Amino acid sequence: MALKMVKGSIDRMFDKNLQDLVRGIRNHKEDEAKYISQCIDEIKQELKQDNIAVKANAVCKLTYLQMLGYDISWAAFNIIEVMSASKFTFKRIGYLAASQCFHEGTDVIMLTTNQIRKDLSSPNQYDTGVALTGLSCFVTPDLARDLANDIMTLMSHTKPYIRKKAVLIMYKVFLKYPESLRPAFPRLKEKLEDPDPGVQSAAVNVICELARRNPKNYLSLAPLFFKLMTSSTNNWVLIKIIKLFGALTPLEPRLGKKLIEPLTNLIHSTSAMSLLYECVNTVIAVLISLSSGMPNHSASIQLCVQKLRILIEDSDQNLKYLGLLAMSKILKTHPKSVQSHKDLILQCLDDKDESIRLRALDLLYGMVSKKNLMEIVKKLMIHVDKAEGTTYRDELLTKIIDICSQSNYQYITNFEWYISILVELTRLEGTRHGHLIAAQMLDVAIRVKAIRKFAVSQMAMLLDNAHLIASNTQRNGICEVLYAAAWICGEFSEHLEEANQTLEAMLRPKVTTLPGHIQAVYVQNMVKLYASILQQKEQSGEKEAAQEITQLMIERLPQFVQSADLEVQERASCILQLIKYIQKLQIKEVPVAEEVIALFAGELNPVAPKAQKKVPVPEGLDLDAWINEPPSDSESEDEKPKTIFHDEEQRHSRHKQPEIDEEELARRREARKQEQANNPFYIKSSPSPQKRYQDTPGVEHIPVVQIDLSVPLKVPGMPMSDQYVKLEEERRHKQKLEKDKKKKKQKKEKRGKHHRHNSLHTESEEDIAPAHHVDIITEEMPENALPSDEDDKDSNDPYKALDIDLDKPLADSEKLPVQRHRNAEDLKSPDSEAPLAEKKSKKPKKKEKKHKEKERDKGKKKEKEKKVVEEEEEKKGEDLDFWLSTAPPPASTSQLQSEPEVSAAVVAEPEGVKKEEREEQEEEEDEAKKSSKHKKKKHKKEKEEKSKDKKKSKKKHHHSEEETTESVQNGTLDDEPLPPMSSYHLLAENPYIKMTYDIQGNLQNDSQVTVSVIFENKSTSFLKSMELNVLDSLNTKMIRPEGSSVHDGIPVPFQLPPGISNEAQFVFTLQSIVMAQKLKGTLSFIVKNDEGSTHEKLDFKLHFSCASYLITTPCYSDAFAKLLESGDLHMSSIKVDGISISFQHLLAKICFHHHFSVVERVDSCASMYSRSIQGHHVCLLVKKGENSVSVDGKCSDSTLLSNLLDEMKETLSKC
Amino acid sequence: SCGDKQEWKDKGHAASLCLVPVSLCPPTSLSWCRGSAWTQLQGLKSSSLLLFSGPEIHFILLFSRQGKLRLQKWYTTLPEKEKKKITREIVQIILARNQKTSSFVDWKDLKLVYKRYASLYFCCAIEDQDNELLTLEVVHRYVELLDRYFGNVCELDIIFNFEKAYFILDEFIMGGEVQETSKKSAVKAMEDSDMLQETVEEYMNKPAF
Repeated sequence: MALKMVKGSIDRMFDKNLQDLVRGIRNHKEDEAKYISQCIDEIKQELKQDNIAVKANAVCKLTYLQMLGYDISWAAFNIIEVMSASKFTFKRIGYLAASQCFHEGTDVIMLTTNQIRKDLSSPNQYDTGVALTGLSCFVTPDLARDLANDIMTLMSHTKPYIRKKAVLIMYKVFLKYPESLRPAFPRLKEKLEDPDPGVQSAAVNVICELARRNPKNYLSLAPLFFKLMTSSTNNWVLIKIIKLFGALTPLEPRLGKKLIEPLTNLIHSTSAMSLLYECVNTVIAVLISLSSGMPNHSASIQLCVQKLRILIEDSDQNLKYLGLLAMSKILKTHPKSVQSHKDLILQCLDDKDESIRLRALDLLYGMVSKKNLMEIVKKLMIHVDKAEGTTYRDELLTKIIDICSQSNYQYITNFEWYISILVELTRLEGTRHGHLIAAQMLDVAIRVKAIRKFAVSQMAMLLDNAHLIASNTQRNGICEVLYAAAWICGEFSEHLEEANQTLEAMLRPKVTTLPGHIQAVYVQNMVKLYASILQQKEQSGEKEAAQEITQLMIERLPQFVQSADLEVQERASCILQLIKYIQKLQIKEVPVAEEVIALFAGELNPVAPKAQKKVPVPEGLDLDAWINEPPSDSESEDEKPKTIFHDEEQRHSRHKQPEIDEEELARRREARKQEQANNPFYIKSSPSPQKRYQDTPGVEHIPVVQIDLSVPLKVPGMPMSDQYVKLEEERRHKQKLEKDKKKKKQKKEKRGKHHRHNSLHTESEEDIAPAHHVDIITEEMPENALPSDEDDKDSNDPYKALDIDLDKPLADSEKLPVQRHRNAEDLKSPDSEAPLAEKKSKKPKKKEKKHKEKERDKGKKKEKEKKVVEEEEEKKGEDLDFWLSTAPPPASTSQLQSEPEVSAAVVAEPEGVKKEEREEQEEEEDEAKKSSKHKKKKHKKEKEEKSKDKKKSKKKHHHSEEETTESVQNGTLDDEPLPPMSSYHLLAENPYIKMTYDIQGNLQNDSQVTVSVIFENKSTSFLKSMELNVLDSLNTKMIRPEGSSVHDGIPVPFQLPPGISNEAQFVFTLQSIVMAQKLKGTLSFIVKNDEGSTHEKLDFKLHFSCASYLITTPCYSDAFAKLLESGDLHMSSIKVDGISISFQHLLAKICFHHHFSVVERVDSCASMYSRSIQGHHVCLLVKKGENSVSVDGKCSDSTLLSNLLDEMKETLSKC
Repeated sequence: SCGDKQEWKDKGHAASLCLVPVSLCPPTSLSWCRGSAWTQLQGLKSSSLLLFSGPEIHFILLFSRQGKLRLQKWYTTLPEKEKKKITREIVQIILARNQKTSSFVDWKDLKLVYKRYASLYFCCAIEDQDNELLTLEVVHRYVELLDRYFGNVCELDIIFNFEKAYFILDEFIMGGEVQETSKKSAVKAMEDSDMLQETVEEYMNKPAF
């Protein structure tokens, strides 16, 4: 023995420690990998020894190697050994290694459960601490479930050091095991008022993190946090709370109003930049959520902008960067306040830090107006010239184009200027964005009819100077603009003055060096040019000139026929033959021009980007079906023609419309008009009658916007965009003078109405009329366009699972699992919604009752106290409304404030609070039960632990494998996760709003149900004045405020900013509940956006299923048996085949959707119970066969029963 | 480890490795903090009233100017491969950045906040809504803690006692949240648990015969 010890310590002396390893690695720079693999071999030897110190040393070295990128997962078991060392030094190393390399996939991790539990309850706080820290890194769902209860206990540990860590780790536990949130939350909430500031801030941390993901569940905590915010001096806590409020305000605009004042105070007073920045950000967020017209708060915005200006002016790059970032948020809603700091932002464009320049560019995008666009772009153009490095220059280029083209060229008053800018940009060398410029040229030339003449002249010039541009033939290089130039000159050749010259430029030999797709466009468009020249010459009778031009084509085209590019070659040879044929005809003196022109007849219309997607699929057409059998894989797809510009493609693929009768056309036209009226981006037509192009079929419905204007300008020579800036200024000046004159005249004529008129024209940019006769042709949509498709919501969000209502009382089934043997029959609640599953117990009922009574006696005092507390808490919840409404109502929102109390029937409380009242009674009962059960469990647990220990001591020699199987049992049996379920069903939906609803029976009133409707604003507009109306039936009526008639709707007591949802409740009275009901209804509302407001309606059908009249009521099996025996129940049964889901899920579904609770469950058979609001008992016996389910039901009303079973059949057949 | 430091100093490495907290650092000494890192520190110091804690940090990386990883702590679980890839990517991004630029980089849907102290880069990944300035203070606080513990901490301290660096970090940040707002108690927790360790180590270092 002694010898062994000596040997051990000698070994130790020869072992490398961590320092030796590090030093060794540094000394073996050349053969590091070899050295390390040597070390790993040594480590493997060390790990085989019994000495824990040696093992720990080895694990420590491994951890270092892991950081260098070596895989150490093979040592996971050794790490666990070191974790379970009794010495803190080793334990610490073990946990560190585990936290660095364990993850959910590590299979031995389940072996750690018991060790961690032991460490958590260690008398040494540092053991506990190290276990908690380690666990926070590698907690898995299994560990979370098994240890949640232990950690929760630690939240009340005597040492703040432990409390703090336990509170923090709870967040990780919630994420992995969402079921623990509700049971643990009350204690977590307590910790907000912990005497230790560290614990307190940890609790704030966790709750803020939780609330950030699912804010609506935490609205009821708002008053508490508000108190903390106004009392705390800890800047860190403040920042967290402020962030939390930022997340809450979109849900409760009134909260925002309350916040503005304390936040602005903080902004004024704090000297901590991080706090200042947080406050500013939150104020911005709040004001955004309150966006619609808040004149009172312009001061706050002003303050924010001022402070941000200070940040931006700071020499610290970080502050500058953040200032600009925050500024861009303000810009979205309050562009005017930011625009006044244009100087500063333009200054940032000169900053040496590229990231700051880019931020400033972002800001510019939103700062332009009709007034300053030219000026800003001019500055940017100067920067383009100065910029070093192509990346930044390219960024500038794209920004210039973005800025100018945003919202349908809204800010461009002079398109000649814009074309000149684009042409100037073509002189940039080495840009990658040639295609962008080209796309803009095409777009403008096509959509702005009035500019075509000018555009064509500029493009002709580009073609003429192609040699300057063509030098850069790389992909997406600047030569792409020639693509646009050639196409524009060809397509709009009627505007060309020197068509011959342009044609010649296009036929130059140099052209053949251009990329293939550009040459192809050249070839195609020279024919268009040729056609128009031909026509011109023929009309003027210049036969010879016509023949000359034909000859020119025949001479020059062969150079394209020889092209290596297939597309070019094909087009050229085709066209060459065509022209040769024309030549023949010309020689015979046959007039050909008309027919050649006919090749390119037809007007080009822009198509909306989404148009293709919106074409409805005709009935009976399966797009996925093969037309021919699929070809073998061997065929290569390499030779697909590359199409770079889809415009071109659309032109060719324009399909023929089937003939439509007049009536249908008129109807569609009407529909389109309606759609355009709703489209904020559609520039509405002036009152003057629209010009109609009746002669060309299919063109009359192209919306053309006409804007009156002064004389078109013409600037001779090469375009210099600067000239336009000057000219524009002069023009505006002139315009203003004229307008002033007019105004004076107006004043004289009608003084009375004048001021109203004037208010619309507050020195605004609307005054600036565009310089050209500009028609912007809006994009076309296909006939019968489908409504816009919804964005898919991310269903993989890990935080979704934490979207749990925390204000509801705890159901029995929701307790955290305590260490005990798992009972295979235990049911888990599918959702917090239904307190199902009274735990099945095999003990005689009497005993249980007796026990309960005892407990009750004991706990009477306690209960009383509890009641008081509960009542207080309840008050707190109700107080939210009160608390919020005590703020002095700002003038502009008085409407909102006064509305909520209009009717007793409408209750719009924040989510969490609403159910409290209803379940008050239940809660009390539950509490009582819980306390008794808890004690019982504890007792049981102790016993179990003892017996387990005994077993263990017997089994000790079995060692670890035994342990593995045991923990598997602990962890995975009977633990299928239940699928997420929602009790909310879709009510109706249109592009503006989506309504989902849920119906709950009312315990207090046997003839009432409450319908909770969630309104979700899907649009980017503000929805207001929502009113919900329902057509009452004889049996079912909506409760309306006193004095209103049955035809009146009930106003929804809130407004909806874009993207926000909120819930309102409506109460209905019923006479009979034995049948399902359907009520028709309508929601009317006003859509308000920048373009104005429109009135909208949405029809729906409210479906009252029989299940919605049931209230989940627990029932004990003895009472249940009595009920069945009583014999005055009607019976009925159903059977459903093809059931594949597990019995547990099936029961959960019935509980959840049909409001039943499980009375007793044996194997694959369960009895269930529920009660209707009018007191009907409903008993079910559910039996599961191979893949079928039979449900036998008994109920005091036979109609109700058969209807219920029918509904159930439908649910089950969906399984 | 003291001897180690000496050893390296002799080779002329240590001079540039010193990590000195701002408060002790005379502004003329360029070898400690270069370029904007210096101005940042100044800015923060003058404006920080903060007793702070913080944002949800996704991970923390420490790496040298040569791109060698010195410490990594992940608060989100990711496969090992992914971690390596991310680390490589981020080290590249940050090393490539000009020293005069701001300390913030948008990276995927996260924000990287980094700061250079002498030859070491400290980098945190935070979420979009989180406060960058606060994160900078977190980083700075960590450096201060290291300095308190090691006494004039330098890169070598972190290399040779990397487990200690982790322990300090664990006392300061847990699960991505700052757990200790007070410098004093964080250091005290470290020292106390080291006390436990010392006794064991003494035992270890004693020859067993």
